[in-house]
Amino acid sequence: MHRSLWIKIASIVGVTLVCLYGIVGLPTNQKELVDNFNTNIKLGLDLKGGSQLVLQVQVQDAFKAEADQLIDRIKTELKTASVDYGSFDRNEPSTIEDADKIEIVGKGIPATKAGDFRRLINERFPDWNITSTSSSDYRMTLKPTAALDLRKKTVASAIRTIESRIDGLGLAESSVQQRGAAETIPEILIQMPGVDDPARIKQILQTAALLELHEVQEGPFASRDQMLTQFNGILPPGTKAVRGVGQQESWFLLKRSPVITGRDLRDSRASQDPMNNSWATSFVLSQDAAGRFGRFTEANINKRLAIVLDGQVRSAPTIQSKISDNGQITGASSQQDANDLALVLRAGSLPASVVYLEERTVGPSLGADSIREGLMSGLVGLIAVVLVMLVYYKKAGINATVALILNAIILIAILAFFGATLTLPGIAGVVLTIGMAVDSNVLIFERIREELRAGKAIRAAIDNGFSRAFLTIIDTHVTAVVSSAFLFIFGTTNVKGFAVTLIIGLLANVFTAVFVSKVIFDWQLSGNNKVTTLSI
Amino acid sequence: MSKPLGCQPDLGSMHIFRDTNFDFMGNKWPLIGLSLLLAAAGLVSLVIEGGPRYGIDFKGGTLLYVKFAEKPSEESIRAALGKKITGEISVIAVQGTNELMIQTETRNERELQSTRQLIEDTLSSVFGSTPDKLNFTGAASARVYERLNLPLQKAGVFINDEDLRKLVTETLSFRDKQKGGIIANFDELSKVPGMTPQILTVLKQESYLGKYLVRNTEVVGPKVGKELRTQAILATLYALAGMLIYVGLRFEFVYGFAAVIAVFHDTIITIGLFSLFHKEISLTVIAALLTLVGYSMNDTIVVFDRIRENLQRGRKGDMTEIVNRSINETLSRTIMTSGLTFLTAVALWLFGGQVLNGFAFALVVGILVGTYSSIFVASPILVFWQDFMKKRGDSNKGGAAPAVTTAKKLAAK
Repeated sequence: MHRSLWIKIASIVGVTLVCLYGIVGLPTNQKELVDNFNTNIKLGLDLKGGSQLVLQVQVQDAFKAEADQLIDRIKTELKTASVDYGSFDRNEPSTIEDADKIEIVGKGIPATKAGDFRRLINERFPDWNITSTSSSDYRMTLKPTAALDLRKKTVASAIRTIESRIDGLGLAESSVQQRGAAETIPEILIQMPGVDDPARIKQILQTAALLELHEVQEGPFASRDQMLTQFNGILPPGTKAVRGVGQQESWFLLKRSPVITGRDLRDSRASQDPMNNSWATSFVLSQDAAGRFGRFTEANINKRLAIVLDGQVRSAPTIQSKISDNGQITGASSQQDANDLALVLRAGSLPASVVYLEERTVGPSLGADSIREGLMSGLVGLIAVVLVMLVYYKKAGINATVALILNAIILIAILAFFGATLTLPGIAGVVLTIGMAVDSNVLIFERIREELRAGKAIRAAIDNGFSRAFLTIIDTHVTAVVSSAFLFIFGTTNVKGFAVTLIIGLLANVFTAVFVSKVIFDWQLSGNNKVTTLSI
Repeated sequence: MSKPLGCQPDLGSMHIFRDTNFDFMGNKWPLIGLSLLLAAAGLVSLVIEGGPRYGIDFKGGTLLYVKFAEKPSEESIRAALGKKITGEISVIAVQGTNELMIQTETRNERELQSTRQLIEDTLSSVFGSTPDKLNFTGAASARVYERLNLPLQKAGVFINDEDLRKLVTETLSFRDKQKGGIIANFDELSKVPGMTPQILTVLKQESYLGKYLVRNTEVVGPKVGKELRTQAILATLYALAGMLIYVGLRFEFVYGFAAVIAVFHDTIITIGLFSLFHKEISLTVIAALLTLVGYSMNDTIVVFDRIRENLQRGRKGDMTEIVNRSINETLSRTIMTSGLTFLTAVALWLFGGQVLNGFAFALVVGILVGTYSSIFVASPILVFWQDFMKKRGDSNKGGAAPAVTTAKKLAAK
């Protein structure tokens, strides 16, 4: 046998071994083999089960919060500068598209102080444009560049929060990313393969987790109307009405600005009350906040403090003594609820509320069925193809079979190497790859038969058959690769999965059908210089 | 195993087609007519239906696959849902299973979660639930673990934390992988390794077996649906343009044009058939359409390659003869390849299960149409073009037709 043939065979065996190693590692028993296979080959959530969510961040919430903050700061600044003012109000943009239209109307600023007021806004709040609507009234709008920044910031911070919540849940294979090309598209794609309790996770992700501790002024009242009647229809300045949690309606009148917010937390954990076995979530404050809280509680003993979570009063205990750095949120229905709340408090609050645009959940039993049925049909198809090839092309059919199996091994190994996930559209790519792999062999064999019929010697027939078919194979494969590249660049996630497997499969196929199959022929003919028969 | 064959080849070889000489181009008109008829039927069906039947992937909506312990009555479930949900609801039984596909349209982003909740609530009220107990059907492992932990201690069953977690995982894996998600009777669980009669008794106390299981949920907002649709169509068009350019460069522009027309023909007929059979176009079907575009293009290029080769060799005869000969020469390969890929697709269709069904259907149709179109759509276009150029060439006193000259130039390289 020629030396070059040996080198070729060695390189094929080498490639096969490396690929097999990439797929199953070096197992010592059957269990390890299966385990390694399962770790290396990642199945997408359409096959394995799991959940995919698309969240839309309601960025207008962040715009409103920004405007509210601005109003507070302007009022403080005006007070220190002893400038009188009537009122400051903002509008209420209700959709994401309208978020940029946020505006603040300031009324009743004395005409004599107009210059001071303008200077204040321009110097201290350069993100805002100011125009006068009359001698004493002004309208402030957010500058376009600042609005764009705020959008990006809001989306980025929502992604960070969701990521840390998902990390907290220990969902290792999950991914959180922005959906769409532009940074300003407020949509987040979350993929969580293998998750078995999607409803709980949706709940966790959607929780705003905005925790605030407010001083209680009055309450609880049985209804909002009752509260309003007591104050003759107008709430006292610097207060707000907040509903209590629970079936029974209850309302509290709270001081508007919170003593402590979720940002002041250092840690939070689920804890169990030893008295009645009920679950609660305890939190610990950061050093700075603890000092503030200590002074506040010391000065307000016997007053009540409301724990407000996501706009609802969870409880309003009376301050018994000075508390420095810890607190507790009671009323969890189970250990898991208490744990989940601790988790979202640790991960931080969302900068804006979120809504679900899309959800795809595949239950674990359906995933198992898909895998079984997919494997079954794949095997039946493959066996049928191999049988026909063996019957029709006899010994040459073995070449084709070897090439086909090697192709599948290389394809799977490369997918494993890149950590790519195999999805349903990916399987479509595999099916097309197998089809084209079979086609390459058929093309070559039919060419060889043609050459034999034309009276060529066996060696020449094989050489010619391969070189002629090679041109066709290159044309078909490059066309498919070109189109797959476009699909990959412009396609949706699913289409990309198809394109990736197809490209890998086609490249592997050029190697197996053209090179490996030829080497097997050469090997069959080697050492036998006067070949007169060819089984094809 | 194989008979020896000498330099007089093929004595023992199997052949389906050998040295055939069918006059494909002579019979092109009736078949082109058939193509046009099929395409027209598909288009008419599309027009009547008001466009393709998009799945909820592309139009937005809520889709639930629900598996039942016993064969459910579609009518009663439809009626129960109709009382709670306004708008179109479709309840379809999945053949050969105890499953129903429940689908509703959603026009508004905000209704998305509420519709899905309504469906689940309705099912729960129809089939009943046991308050204060855990629904074992569909329960997640953390819930089962939490539910069993204390009662086991109270019942005096000693099992350490790690073993309990492992047992729960094994039990649920048995439920999902062996029993398809629903067990009829708690006693089936006694087969799970590590399960003891005491633990099973506690499990029976703490949980009940729900009569149904939501296996698959898809909730897609109309806006996302529309975006997915646009993106899928655009990606496909770009891919087609890519093929047009590559084939145009490798061969000649008219070859690229002919190949793309053939692929277009296949796609339209397949989408038309989907419309005729009331099947929906989902993201998975798009993957199948892309696959059939790949197959069809592959087939066409193989024939074109042979045409180019025969032109380069300077074979005698006009374009019609050359095309005919090329198709005949590659016929054996065409039948073999298409037959084999068809086998794979049929296997996928028969055994691939519910998730792959639409996909496999598109492939089965696509392979048939794709093979046919490379012979009866793509190749005739080359002949028409050649005839057209020849006429123009004759009237301009030109020489040989462009395809031949280019081919000769290529051969000279």
